Amino acid sequence: MLELNNVETFYGNIMALKGITLKVYEGEIITLIGANGAGKTTTLMSISGIVPPRSGEILFQGKPIHCLSPDEIVALGISQVPEGRRIFPQLSVQENLDMGAFLRRDTAGIRKDLDYVFGLFPILAQRRHQAGGTLSGGEQQMLAISRSLMARPRLLLLDEPSLGLAPMMVKLIFQVIGKINGEGATTIFLVEQNANMAMQVAHRGYVMENGRIALSGTASELLHDEHVKKAYLGI
Amino acid sequence: MTFRQEMKKALLTSAWFVFLTFPILVIRVNTIENVIEWRWLNMMWIAAGSFILSLLWSFYFGRKTGDPGKKTEAFAPADKAGSLFRNPRFRMPALVLTALFATAFPFLFSVYQTSIMTTALMYVVLGLGLNIIVGLAGLLNLGYVAFYAVGAYSYALLHYHFGLGFWVVLPLGGLLATLFAILLGFPVLRLRGDYLAIVTLGFGEIVRLILENWNEFSFGPSGISNIPRPGLLGLDLNLDTATIYLYYLMIGLCLITIFVFGRIRDSRIGRALIALREDEIACQAMGIDKARTKLLAFALGSTWAGLMGVIFAAKTTFVNPASFTFLESAMILSIVVLGGMGSILGVVLGAFLLILLPEYLRAFSDYRMLLFGTTMVIMMIFRPQGIITGIRRTYQFRGGSIDGATAGK
Repeated sequence: MLELNNVETFYGNIMALKGITLKVYEGEIITLIGANGAGKTTTLMSISGIVPPRSGEILFQGKPIHCLSPDEIVALGISQVPEGRRIFPQLSVQENLDMGAFLRRDTAGIRKDLDYVFGLFPILAQRRHQAGGTLSGGEQQMLAISRSLMARPRLLLLDEPSLGLAPMMVKLIFQVIGKINGEGATTIFLVEQNANMAMQVAHRGYVMENGRIALSGTASELLHDEHVKKAYLGI
Repeated sequence: MTFRQEMKKALLTSAWFVFLTFPILVIRVNTIENVIEWRWLNMMWIAAGSFILSLLWSFYFGRKTGDPGKKTEAFAPADKAGSLFRNPRFRMPALVLTALFATAFPFLFSVYQTSIMTTALMYVVLGLGLNIIVGLAGLLNLGYVAFYAVGAYSYALLHYHFGLGFWVVLPLGGLLATLFAILLGFPVLRLRGDYLAIVTLGFGEIVRLILENWNEFSFGPSGISNIPRPGLLGLDLNLDTATIYLYYLMIGLCLITIFVFGRIRDSRIGRALIALREDEIACQAMGIDKARTKLLAFALGSTWAGLMGVIFAAKTTFVNPASFTFLESAMILSIVVLGGMGSILGVVLGAFLLILLPEYLRAFSDYRMLLFGTTMVIMMIFRPQGIITGIRRTYQFRGGSIDGATAGK
């Protein structure tokens, strides 16, 4: 479904991605783990076109997307939940969700998806008219995920959904991630620091180190890999 | 803080003020008789005044921090004027009264008053236009007056060269201003905040300097005169009726602007503008085209300045570059900030305050800028969100389809 071939991305003169090659297949949950500064977020930013790669190619369903603008990429069905939630604090919950459906014009479909995300996170339905900035961290993360779902993506890019959340909340968020993947035809690309949690929900995983893919395999392979155990799982 | 501590603090404050103002308010060199006058009485006044003000100040803040209930109120929609206006029981009669007053205004007051009122109404429209750019999209534009000038000069020049009438140029002026806004918008799309402010400031000055120096095009500082007032079905209007006619025209334009601004603000585009102000990266992740949305904000806001420029040229029958200085931009921006960013009623009140008060307080004209500055400082300390906070409308689904869905899950 998504293919990255030798992608190199720069911030000014600094090379953040030094030739990333990875594949995401339809319907799976894939996870990308790695230390701070390994280039996980940059990978997602390159896919969504916000920080376009300087060389290499990104194919989505066989078509190159590395030359498209962010809004065209969203229109193709790739939606990103940015790191640190980044909800719109002064817009109400419902307006935040509506911004997620910005490119869509089918009112009936939008309303249906609104019902769907309120079903996933009932607390958001209660807070519908509250300003986004007044929500708690966990609720904001729910809102950020819901907002991206409102674009009805075929590929959902999740950037550290567990960041700064209590263990209970992390568990809930990961349950919902599994649910989204299981129910719909949404493929999920999950970037995580919390390697243990990510491996439990994911099918396959990649490990990033210093802008390169260091290791890849199925989730259970990675969970039992000695290097991963030592470096990321703390066992 | 105890009473004694407060007294001590107030005393120190007044001593400090006495020290600060001593050179200008106490010492005066009389150059004719070559003596120094010591005006000790002035010092007494300063001491007493700052002492009392300081006490009042600490009293106000003491209450504010002492009572925790009061602090949370600042977060909630605390502004009484705004919530009063949203109350339908008050809203309807207030609107009716305002409408009646506005309709009867030219017959109740002199032509001079009507003319001032027209100016105030023009600033309402200008303020609302800038409010789209600054209030909604959060793009600090210090060169708004450039688009105002574009409108004014398009009427003056199109009339001079081609003899086009007011009603033809009115939409053309708006269109030209929009075009200029898009022209300016393209290069500055990457900028935000301070950088954008500086570039727009530069743009405003460039437009003014071109008008001032390109004599063949704009007739330089001497400007263009004999611009006709708007016509009414070919009727011959004298100065009084023309002024009154322009007043009603402005009332109409004001209502249109308020309506359009409200529609933009409550639309998806309006929300996209607010979203863009709050988080650009999240906007991009949502598929909002950053460049297009910013250009849209620029264009939508500047159109009104173009329209008002045409009205301005028609009202004064004369344009020259001196009318389009940076001070004008600052004035319009002040209206928006003082009134409340993103709020309609706030901008209306702000425009009336800032335009009408100086007119009616001509007696204190020497102190006008001083009062203006003081008001702004005090406003920013006590009500940084403006007179009326721009609380946006929220909509509720009728029929409770969502409640049903959540209950079912």
